This record gives sequence, C-alpha cells and structure tokens, in this order.
Amino acid sequence: MDEVVRFENVGLRYGLGPEVLQDVTFSLTPGSFHFLMGASGAGKSSLMKLMYLALRPTRGIVSLFGREVAMVPRDGLPALRRQIGVVFQEFRLLTHQTAFDNVALPLRIAGRRESEVRKHVEELLAWVGLQDHMEAKPETLSGGQQQRVAIARAVITRPKLLLADEPTGNVDDRIAARLLHLFEELNKLGTTIVIATHSKVLAGETGHPILRLEDGHLEVVEQDAVLTRGVPRGTSQGASIAPPLSPGVEE
Amino acid sequence: MFTRRSDVPFDKDDTSRYLPWLIAFMVFLAALALASVFVLGHVAANWDRGLSDTLTVQLPSGEDTKTDERRAAAAMDLLKKTSGIERADLLDRKQVAELLEPWLGPATGNSDLPLPQVINVEIDGSLELDVAGLETELRAVVPGATIDDHRIWMDGFIRSLHAVEALGILVFIFVAIATVGTIVFATRTGLGLHRETIEVLHLIGARDSYIAGQFATRSMFLGLRGSLIGILAAVPVLLGIGLLVNSLDSGFLPKMELTAAGWTAIALLLPTTAIVAWITARITVVRTLNRRL
Ligand SMILES: Nc1ncnc2c1ncn2[C@@H]1O[C@H](COP(=O)(O)OP(=O)(O)O)[C@@H](O)[C@H]1O
Ligand SMILES: [Mg+2]
Repeated sequence: MDEVVRFENVGLRYGLGPEVLQDVTFSLTPGSFHFLMGASGAGKSSLMKLMYLALRPTRGIVSLFGREVAMVPRDGLPALRRQIGVVFQEFRLLTHQTAFDNVALPLRIAGRRESEVRKHVEELLAWVGLQDHMEAKPETLSGGQQQRVAIARAVITRPKLLLADEPTGNVDDRIAARLLHLFEELNKLGTTIVIATHSKVLAGETGHPILRLEDGHLEVVEQDAVLTRGVPRGTSQGASIAPPLSPGVEE
Repeated sequence: MFTRRSDVPFDKDDTSRYLPWLIAFMVFLAALALASVFVLGHVAANWDRGLSDTLTVQLPSGEDTKTDERRAAAAMDLLKKTSGIERADLLDRKQVAELLEPWLGPATGNSDLPLPQVINVEIDGSLELDVAGLETELRAVVPGATIDDHRIWMDGFIRSLHAVEALGILVFIFVAIATVGTIVFATRTGLGLHRETIEVLHLIGARDSYIAGQFATRSMFLGLRGSLIGILAAVPVLLGIGLLVNSLDSGFLPKMELTAAGWTAIALLLPTTAIVAWITARITVVRTLNRRL
C-alpha cells in the first residue's frame, strides 16, 4: 500500500530567510500514529503546513497518498485536501458562523445532503461535549471549546490523514485525555495521525513514535509502549463513547 | 429562503454598503439612456410617416398685387396639371403673415411689407415626384419660385435624431462597461479582504467554483438591490420629463412618449443587472484564485 505521506530531502525557507526545515526525509504508513515534537519555533507548524498543502517546499519532494504534490494540477488539489483533516494551531474557525455550521462545513463543501449533515454534526458535537453550544458563535466560546469545534471540523469527514497542530494546548487534562481518546479511536478506524505538540506528557502517555524536530532536522524516535505511563485505553472511557464519525468522503 | 448562509463573512465588509449605490447610479443612467433611445426612435418613426407628403412652394412678391395674382394663378395652373400632386392651396396674406409671425413679429399682417406667396402642396406619397424637375418648370413660369421639399429637411432632422439615438446607445454601453468594471473591482477587493477565510475553505477542500459561487450569489443580491433603487429613481424622473416636454406642446413635434417596449426594456434592467453581477463576480473569482496556491 502507498505511503500516506512521504518527504524526500525537503527544505523550506520563508522568503530570503534561513532554511526552517533542512533535508527532511520521512514517510508515514497508513494507520500510523505519530507525535511531532520540538521546541517552540522548531518548525512543527511549517512541517504540518507542507503536509496539508498550505505551503510548497523550496526544495525536495512531498508526496501524499502516493502522488507527488508538485505534479498535481490545481484542480486536483481539493480531492487531495478532502482526505486530510486539519486542526489548525490558531483554530481558524469561521467567526461569523455557529459551531454547528463550522463543523458542517467540510460535509457541505463535499456536497453532502443537509439531512445527513445535521445528523452527523449533532452527534459529533455532542460527543465533544458541545451539545449545548451548537448555535454559539466562536467568540462566545472559551479557547478549549473553540478547539473542540476545530477538532470536530477536522474529523467530521473521517479523513485518511489527520493533522493536529497543538490540539490540546488550551484544554485541561481531562479534556486532553478525551481528545486523545478521540484521535486513538480514529486511528483504530484506519486514519493516519500526526499530532504536533511540545508537551512531553501528552506524547509520553501513548507510546506512539515521535518525529523530533531540532535545528531544522527531523529524526524519528520509536517509544517503547510498554514503558509508558499511559492512561489505560478503553477502561476509563468505556466502549460506549466511541466517536460518532460519518463515513469518509469518497472522491 | 431568505436566510442565506454564507461561508464568507460578507456582512462585515464595506462593499455591501457602497456597491448597491454605485450600481443604482449606473442603472439610473442606463435607464435614462434607454428611455432616450426608445423615445427618439418612436419620434423618428412617426415623423417619417406624418410629414413627408407635403411640399411648400414659395413665390417672390412682385411690385404690385396684379403681378402677384398673375404669378399665383400661373403656378397653381402648373401644379394642378402635374401628376402626383393631390391638392394645392394658395395661402392668403393673413395665413402667410401668421407663418412669418415668429420671425417678423405680430404686426406683419397689417404692414405693407412685401410678403412672399405660399402654396401648400399635398403629394401622393406613393408616386415618385421629381421635385427638382418641377422646380425648373415652375421657375420658367414664375422666376425666383422655390420649392421647399420637407423631405430633404426631414431627412436631415431624422438623421440627427438617429445620431442622438446612437449617442444614447453609446452612453448605455459605457455605463454597462463601467458597471462590470465596478463589480470586478468590488469582487477583487472582497477576495483580498476575505483572504483568510478563502484559504481555510481551500484547505478544507473547497473548489474555486464553490468559493466563486458564494461571491457570485452575493454579487447578484447586491446587483438586484442596486438596480431596484436605480429603476425606482428613474421612473419618476422619466415621467416628470415626459410631462414637461409634452406640456410645451410644440405643435409640429410629434408626441414624445415612452412606449411599452421602452418601459419593458427599463424593467429588464433589473434581472439583467443581477445576471451580469452574478457572472462577472464568478469569472473574477475563478480567474483571481487561479493565480493562488
Ligand atoms: N510565515 C512565516 N514567515 C516567515 N517566517 C516564518 C513564518 N512562519 C514561521 N516562520 C518561522 O519559521 C520558524 C518555524 O516556525 P513554526 O513552524 O511556526 O514553528 P513551531 O510551530 O514549531 O513553533 C520560526 O523561526 C518562525 O519564526
Ligand atoms: Mg506551531
């Protein structure tokens, strides 16, 4: 099977500045789960942007789902992007729309029927604990609530690849554990996941391998899952709260 | 139905405030231009038919009344013999004085001023009358006689009517181009203002056509609003001008009126503007986005 993400000698610089990323080479197999770690300013967000096609590399090759991105014509990009769910570091919610409409957006863009949209969005919002805030505008929500809206929007289409940039930065530990559980459930359903974080705690709990960024270079660090002090999966949360995710969008 | 959900926060930008008024102004101008084209076209057509069947023969005044009478009789004789002429009426001194009053003043009839003699001639419009030949014949009988062929004068007048009509069409075209330009500019401004939102929509997998559709829908509603205001402003102005022009009652001018076709054309500005606004915005967005990642 094709690798979901493949970087070959990728370099990135902003304008005439120094190279933020240098000779980055790695690949993600389908169904893998990685944490992307590095100090603030190490280039985590930049690497994520390359993966969700908000940036093009200044050198090297980026491939997604077996296709070299530089070779994909402009009108082929939406199809690629619809297979990727993104939780932006700054959320980037549509501020004039309700939580419901924000989460519904990817389904509507993909042309789903409104009845289907309503059902899935309501279920998912309830699952992330926002059933009482469906009609709320983002500005009336707390940072943590906005983040959950952003996460719900990223996963509503059950993307093949989920990229989350510091998704638990604004929430307390209990919510963080719950969100992590959501990502685990998605992962079990086959979604490839990359979570950027600078929290060692979050990464350490699960035993997933780590993509470590330092001085513009990337190295993959395998964690020994047995040694991690993780939240026992499935026991504290219970099987009944599996996230209600709509079937993936086929292009 | 009227709660339009838009992914782009258009309500927050200024274009929704100024664009309808710009469009209103241009639709107003377009309505006036259209009205002038229709009114002038109508006038030209009616005039053509009404007045082209008459000639005016002028005989220079002689030294005395007897000469005048002899010349008039000779001219009338000739005219009655000519085929294609239905009737010829010699105007008396009083009628001629009335005709000249605008130029010579109200005392004309009473003075001893030598007045030319005038004969009104009605011709059969279906026959080709050789006006120049007739004038030559007439001069053989009455030296210095002239024939005023209204057709020549009319032709010139109608030509200038058509020229003004063409000017109206030109104004209309310019206004249309300016309207399209304004919508292009407003749409580009909107694309800049909402760059952030558009990027998010793109990253979520929206196609350019999806985003273009949102801009087009909103442009259409702004266009509708603007053209409605423009048309509502133009109607009373047109009715007012109509009343004013027709109250002048300038005798020989046919009635100035905007026909049903004219009013229909002005009403059609409403859907036309909306459609043009929709298409223009859509094309602008697709073209502009094509240059982005
Ligand atoms: N749009 C940009 N223009 C110029 N420099 C940028 C831009 N975005 C990020 N950078 C720089 O690139 C480096 C990596 O930033 P970023 O990828 O945001 O790191 P992280 O997410 O790990 O904190 C930083 O030095 C930052 O200043
Ligand atoms: Mg970052």
